[in-house]
Amino acid sequence: MSGAHHIVLIALFSAAVQSGTTLLYPTIGEIFAERAGILNLGVEGMMIMGAFFGFVVTYITKNPYIGFLAGVLAGGISALIHAFVSITLRGNQVVSGLALTIFGLGFTNFYGQKWINLRSPVTVSQMSVPLLSKIPYIGPIFFKQDALVYTSYIVAIVMWFILYKTKVGVHLRATGQNARAADAMGVNVYATRYWWTFFGGLLAGAGGAYLTIAYAPFWLDGMTAGRGWIAIALVIFAMWDPLNAMVGAYLFGGIDALQLQLQAVGVTIPSSLLNMLPYLLTLIVIIIATLIVRVKHISAPKELGIPYNREEK
Amino acid sequence: MAEYILQARNITKKFPGVLANDHINFDLKKGEIHTILGENGAGKSTLMNILDGIYYPNEGEIYINGKKAHIRSPFDSMRYGIGMIHQHFMLVDTLTVLENVILGLKDQSFFINKKQIANKILEISNRYKFDLKPFAKIWQLSVGEQQRVEIVKMLFRGADILILDEPTAVLTPQESEALFEILKKMKSEGKSIIFISHKLNEVMEISDRITVLRKGKVIGTVNKDETNPVELAKMMVGREVLFRLQRKPLERGEEVLKVENVEAYNDRGIKVLNKIGFTVHRGEIFGLAGVAGNGQKELAQVITGLRKATNGKVFLLGKDITNQHPLVIANSGTNYIPPDRLKVGLVPNLSSIDNAILRRYRKSPIGSGILVNYKKAREYTESLIEKFNIMVPRIDAPVKLLSGGNMQKLLLAREISENPALLIAVHPTRGLDIGATEFIRKKLLEVRDSGMAVLLISEDLDEILMISDRIGVIYEGRITGIMDAKDADVRKIGLLMAGSTEEESATVH
Repeated sequence: MSGAHHIVLIALFSAAVQSGTTLLYPTIGEIFAERAGILNLGVEGMMIMGAFFGFVVTYITKNPYIGFLAGVLAGGISALIHAFVSITLRGNQVVSGLALTIFGLGFTNFYGQKWINLRSPVTVSQMSVPLLSKIPYIGPIFFKQDALVYTSYIVAIVMWFILYKTKVGVHLRATGQNARAADAMGVNVYATRYWWTFFGGLLAGAGGAYLTIAYAPFWLDGMTAGRGWIAIALVIFAMWDPLNAMVGAYLFGGIDALQLQLQAVGVTIPSSLLNMLPYLLTLIVIIIATLIVRVKHISAPKELGIPYNREEK
Repeated sequence: MAEYILQARNITKKFPGVLANDHINFDLKKGEIHTILGENGAGKSTLMNILDGIYYPNEGEIYINGKKAHIRSPFDSMRYGIGMIHQHFMLVDTLTVLENVILGLKDQSFFINKKQIANKILEISNRYKFDLKPFAKIWQLSVGEQQRVEIVKMLFRGADILILDEPTAVLTPQESEALFEILKKMKSEGKSIIFISHKLNEVMEISDRITVLRKGKVIGTVNKDETNPVELAKMMVGREVLFRLQRKPLERGEEVLKVENVEAYNDRGIKVLNKIGFTVHRGEIFGLAGVAGNGQKELAQVITGLRKATNGKVFLLGKDITNQHPLVIANSGTNYIPPDRLKVGLVPNLSSIDNAILRRYRKSPIGSGILVNYKKAREYTESLIEKFNIMVPRIDAPVKLLSGGNMQKLLLAREISENPALLIAVHPTRGLDIGATEFIRKKLLEVRDSGMAVLLISEDLDEILMISDRIGVIYEGRITGIMDAKDADVRKIGLLMAGSTEEESATVH
């Protein structure tokens, strides 16, 4: 293989990681909400809220990190709406989640008009990690990225650890599997569900904010373009495991990066077909993952989507 | 009063339409095994759930060691040293034994110290010869082992008062024996135990004192040494005069249903029907008495084709219908009033019309081709409503808006209007008010008089005695006795329900 090919491939994979980061954050967030038993179909809405507020605050403060935090918080606050409806009011989680998506898209469409096509004055700078970035192939792909990408690695690893190795993780898994047992053992089911739904929103916001701050530093109406839905599909692909989520996110990030690259070099496939690729793959992956999940007897958290009521017989 | 570790005073708990606990007083001595005895629906589980903080009582107080206790949640009750082992285990299947044991504990460090916890689990486990593996997942364990995890969980938390809600309901006799040994050992170590049961033989084996509940009230507390199963059965079932409804003298006709050596498994994979056999004839009500969970539900499902018989045969009018499709069985003359009218019997969100025609929409005149003739359907439903005096808000309102009694009337109307050879009625009056109960029982007698064969499965012994012509008793999936209703009495049936054979129970007279 010639040197030029190398550079193209590494650029492609590096872009895959960046695109994957916009999926990794929300996927991990949704994994934890679902582990607590809350199905939140509002990921798309929370992401676009994060994307919008991340962009606007970065534009105004000229500090992408403050902007990122604003986006994270916007996602978290949006999630609280869903938490209130599905935990306190014990409403239908599917309806509430869909409403949240529609709300987020509508809100950003309305308030985003005057920001359309503005470019962010600043963006996050690339930082090479000493030593690690020198590893052939792996180094330039994974360790010549920006701080927000590194943060996502840390989030995935730390959250895996919390899920499987800590008391908090046991409480979380128990709440999603058998809320009544968890309650009988003194776990606060409502607080657990509120917190992890909020947490899911924070990370959905992070994914959206990364999109408008780093991956594509401008604002377009509806620019999350279905990434929230892909993240929800990735939760199943990842079998509710944060480290598996990394694999899924970068795979889909790769498809996304590839179709952009192909469009850029002017391949003669209609762009609408290329744009369709990630969603087509989502469908295929979900079918395969569902089959694997069934064979391996891994199942969704048993109480996913079911409201908890202590005195109900 | 240091003698009592736990006292409940005037506990009252109301659920919509039900007074589950009515001013209950109850004392637990330190180091005793105290049984709460009562029929299903007597309020035993409600009382225990109150002690455990799952339910909050409308009235009444709980004292622990003489001091008033404030129990608002299971976590509170744990602080008072109360540990409850529920009938349906409070275990998370996908977690390990160790994770289940520490679930909810506030004093655990953020990172789980697996080694230290595992050692403590093994220490408790060894003390009672449990042989538990801390890192096994719950779903890999047998029911008996799961129960031991529950016990370890409570001891790990330092519980002094253990509540066991019908712990033997899911166990084999051998596992039950082992459990009793464990309970006796715990008692000798100073633990106080509340044991909930409705099986008389168990109660006599394990208890020091026994408190009997009936219909949410305490009937009395007795010492084990000063009582006997006969007296307990009487306290449990009630002394009221059993009044028999008007009926024509029995004209027992040809054999309609014959169940022969049938065996079947329940949803958990435990064998619950054990070579059961009996017959039901035209013009009789055959009442099957028994404590819940002895295979009654599964028996009805096997006969109606909803559950597979792994062995044995079911004959309807001499024709083998074993393991046929439910529709085939229904069409050959079996109709069914299932125990759960809202889950199995009716479709709650559909209208009275849609529910009434469920047995008829396939056939003319209501069904015509692929269409349903709703004009005919409405007429038919109206005729049922009039004939059975069913109160509906509107004929096309969802049936979930009907009262329990009217739902049951609609269900009964639908099933007996098919004029089947055999009607199976499981708990037909459970949860109904007196008026509706009487109506349903009269209707059952009416269809019996018209020559139908009726298999009545009920946990309400009064009901069985009141309307049956013959009475069979089921225990652990087999028939322990069959008798003519004229010769039946509560004591004898009570003993058969507890597993004594007919010969043994005859000597008690």
